[in-house]
Amino acid sequence: MINASLSELSAALAAKTISAVELATLFLDRIDRLNPGLNAFIALDREQTLAQARAADASGKVGAGDTPLAGIPLAHKDIFCTKGWRTSCGSRMLENFVSPYDAHVVEKLAAAGMVTLGKLNMDEFAMGSSNETSYFGPVKNPWDTSRVPGGSSGGSAAAIAARLAPAATGTDTGGSIRQPAALCGLTGLKPTYGAVSRYGMIAFASSLDQAGPMAKSAEDCALLLNAMAGFDERDSTSLERPAEDYARDLEKPLQGLRIGLPGEFFGEGMDADVRAAVDAALDQYRKLGATTVEVSLPNSGLSVPAYYVIAPAEASSNLSRFDGVRYGYRAPEYGDLNDMYSKSRAQGFGAEVKRRILIGTYVLSHGYYDAYYLKAQKIRRLIAADFQKAFESCDVIMGPTSPSVAFAFGAKSADPVQMYLSDIYTISTNLAGLPGMSLPCGFGNGGMPVGLQIIGNWFGEAKMLNVAHQYQQVTDWHTRMPQLAGAAQ
Amino acid sequence: MNWEVVIGIETHVQLRTQSKIFSGSSIAFGAEPNVQANAVDIALPGVLPVLNREAVVCAIKFGLAVGATIAPRSVFARKNYFYPDLPKGYQISQFEVPVVAGGGLNIRVGEQEKFVHLTRAHLEEDAGKSLHEDFHGRSGIDLNRAGTPLLEIVTEPDMRSSAEAVAYARALHALVQWIGICDGNMQEGSFRCDANVSVRRAGEPLGTRREIKNLNSFRFMQQAIDYEVQWQINEISEGRAIRQATVLFDPDSGETRAMRSKEDAHDYRYFPDPDLLPLEIGADWIAEVKAGMPELPQAMQARLQTEYGLSAYDAAILTASRAMADYFVAAVAAAGAANAKAVANWVINDVRRSMVDGLRDEGGEPVASAVRGDAPGRDVIRVPAEALALLILRIAEGVISNASGKKVFVEMWSTSDSEVDAIIKRMDLTQVSDASALEAVIDGILAANQKSVEEFRAGKEKAFNALVGQAMKATKGKANPQQVNDLLKKKLGA
Repeated sequence: MINASLSELSAALAAKTISAVELATLFLDRIDRLNPGLNAFIALDREQTLAQARAADASGKVGAGDTPLAGIPLAHKDIFCTKGWRTSCGSRMLENFVSPYDAHVVEKLAAAGMVTLGKLNMDEFAMGSSNETSYFGPVKNPWDTSRVPGGSSGGSAAAIAARLAPAATGTDTGGSIRQPAALCGLTGLKPTYGAVSRYGMIAFASSLDQAGPMAKSAEDCALLLNAMAGFDERDSTSLERPAEDYARDLEKPLQGLRIGLPGEFFGEGMDADVRAAVDAALDQYRKLGATTVEVSLPNSGLSVPAYYVIAPAEASSNLSRFDGVRYGYRAPEYGDLNDMYSKSRAQGFGAEVKRRILIGTYVLSHGYYDAYYLKAQKIRRLIAADFQKAFESCDVIMGPTSPSVAFAFGAKSADPVQMYLSDIYTISTNLAGLPGMSLPCGFGNGGMPVGLQIIGNWFGEAKMLNVAHQYQQVTDWHTRMPQLAGAAQ
Repeated sequence: MNWEVVIGIETHVQLRTQSKIFSGSSIAFGAEPNVQANAVDIALPGVLPVLNREAVVCAIKFGLAVGATIAPRSVFARKNYFYPDLPKGYQISQFEVPVVAGGGLNIRVGEQEKFVHLTRAHLEEDAGKSLHEDFHGRSGIDLNRAGTPLLEIVTEPDMRSSAEAVAYARALHALVQWIGICDGNMQEGSFRCDANVSVRRAGEPLGTRREIKNLNSFRFMQQAIDYEVQWQINEISEGRAIRQATVLFDPDSGETRAMRSKEDAHDYRYFPDPDLLPLEIGADWIAEVKAGMPELPQAMQARLQTEYGLSAYDAAILTASRAMADYFVAAVAAAGAANAKAVANWVINDVRRSMVDGLRDEGGEPVASAVRGDAPGRDVIRVPAEALALLILRIAEGVISNASGKKVFVEMWSTSDSEVDAIIKRMDLTQVSDASALEAVIDGILAANQKSVEEFRAGKEKAFNALVGQAMKATKGKANPQQVNDLLKKKLGA
């Protein structure tokens, strides 16, 4: 049951082989046993979870055609506001914050009948690529607990990899769904900007943030995205488009598919083990009838610097509301108002968050705005134009998700720039507002999973999911689980 | 030494929408603190702004009313600073590309007309309020006002005196109410002006300006500018340079004093708000708003002159406010166009004066019991237009005299009773036009006032007036004065 797909769980619930309460209990028990060694969950409430499961069992939604996910448990990244659960965003600043409202995504998944297992650890305010910046301590990679799970959705990735949850929500500002999915051997999807409402998702960089599903397979992600996506009038950047079935093209054969391979993604910087796994995956695609074409993204080298201007700029403003006045952390002792602000923020935020607030404040300052922020926005448009040019000759773009497999704790935390380069292949997608995925394509050094990245054109989710699903029909990387998950069965 | 005063004005006009500019909370004034602040207004984590289209309609109306350009695409920006009553740590405003640019207003000071150019008008949200009293060394925060829609209207430095500044502010105040985008309530902060004031010797470049903040009455504006101008002239005359600063006017002392100087000005780190799309206003939308706009004051002024033969002066007074103009139009509709001039006279001399200076009786003396001009409710016209029209008709029909009409008006204004005919009856004011009855009265008066009769015959015109007065007194003002005149002349053989 712990390795079952969402469709299989749905069928079992419909057949009453298992109830929602039994399924939730199964995962809650696993969490009790395994989470202390992984630190993936940072908020649990067994009673609330079971109450939701009982409600699902009683609702009539289980087994109904339009609610295939009813009764299936999942967990939320702690960046999503959840009514009645603590929502910390991985920060001391919100250590005691209980949201009075649910995020749009949380609402939608609850309406689909899904049961909340708990809240998942993450890098503080989603700023990090290793989950080492969380105030609640790092998450361990279930494949090797001396290594990072990736970030910022590291709790989501570790929970699914250890089979503590069949699925989870994540958010992706510069790779925060795809990179941890890659490092933990999962399938994760970052939708087109605007496809999923940001309402109730604590903002890091508003023009880049996007929520998406994390699960074991492309098929699972398609079902989750069906429940998560859709127009929301409370988010002005939400796209008003007709609802679509993201699973509609899963079974399409890949004959004639054109895969674009950007030279910039296959140059220096990628580890040999990652390259070998990605190359093998591309061979597999050729066997499935796809052709590969060389494409170029000439400005992709500028994506990391442009991102580290735009994202901190927006973050410096987005995080201003955490001032100790109305909610959140307030320093116990302070002098005047300014002292209250500076002490509360100095004590409430961690080092990486403070670094980015400082960078963002600097680049928006009078006299620097044109040279940094405006310039970065121009680069952003160039990067988006590069992709559109590339999509003239291909249907999807492929490459590695991350330049290396999961690294050891502490390996990059002393050098922010090294850490930032972990997202070198994922960031340009966010800058261009494009959808991107990562799916497992083998193992590299230390037996650690390697992720293959698929980038689609705007609204190309169904195409990407089709491409990923067809690969997963002929490979079994996505069904592999770490030893500790199996051992605990 | 000849000094020239240079003034530019920024006005924060609170828009009359149902809800806040980026959330669904009510903007009604006077609620208990923080009950009109929802998750968006208090900036909980994860909330997002959604633009209120009604606020944009207000901006379009204003742009059309002042002949400005309405930007097809404008941008909301974040103005970043920390303050406890600013929940997000930034204010959403417009910076580089405002929704309205250019245009202007005609103002009049005495006989002088002047066109004041507008630089821009932009949409933004208001902050909450910090309350420093009643909290014993702490401050209270009321976020009811946070997110209230404002249109900030900025002029060019076109005004050259406090009188011009006040004339501009009054004209703008009347206009925003006329087009229905603001309730104009200055006590409640719906219309707040900042005046940028500098002085220079004739022919010199612009002097350094100081900004007087938050002027919420026209009287304070005049006083504050006058004080500030004199202060600046004194400073310069004594060899001190003016430093750019923000100042506050203290109505108690009548002085302005510096709040902060330019050196501690914030760097607001403006940048486009990534939570909001650029505001796009197409020609269709503008046309739709235009179709729903009322006739503007200047157009109406011209129409009143041609349609009813009113003087330019009268037409200007009647169109000085929307309430006055609406009242006039309703009264004319009820009294008939033939009585338009009489209606204009009554509205200007009686209705308007009662509102501005307080009610006066028929002899021009203040009515003690009536609502005074400076009292709350002064904007309320206490005689319905239809009742005024009926009163004017009764005078025209000869049912009552003009003097009795004034009495009826005073009665209606002070009691809010608007039953004209019933009041005439109750006060026994029906004009006596029965010739035989009047003749008897006049015979009696002539008999009792032989002295006046003789004086008149001796050539004293004044004596005649005394006799008319006696007749009117004897009939308690109900006699038709013309008829009294005629009868007296007949009897005296004049």
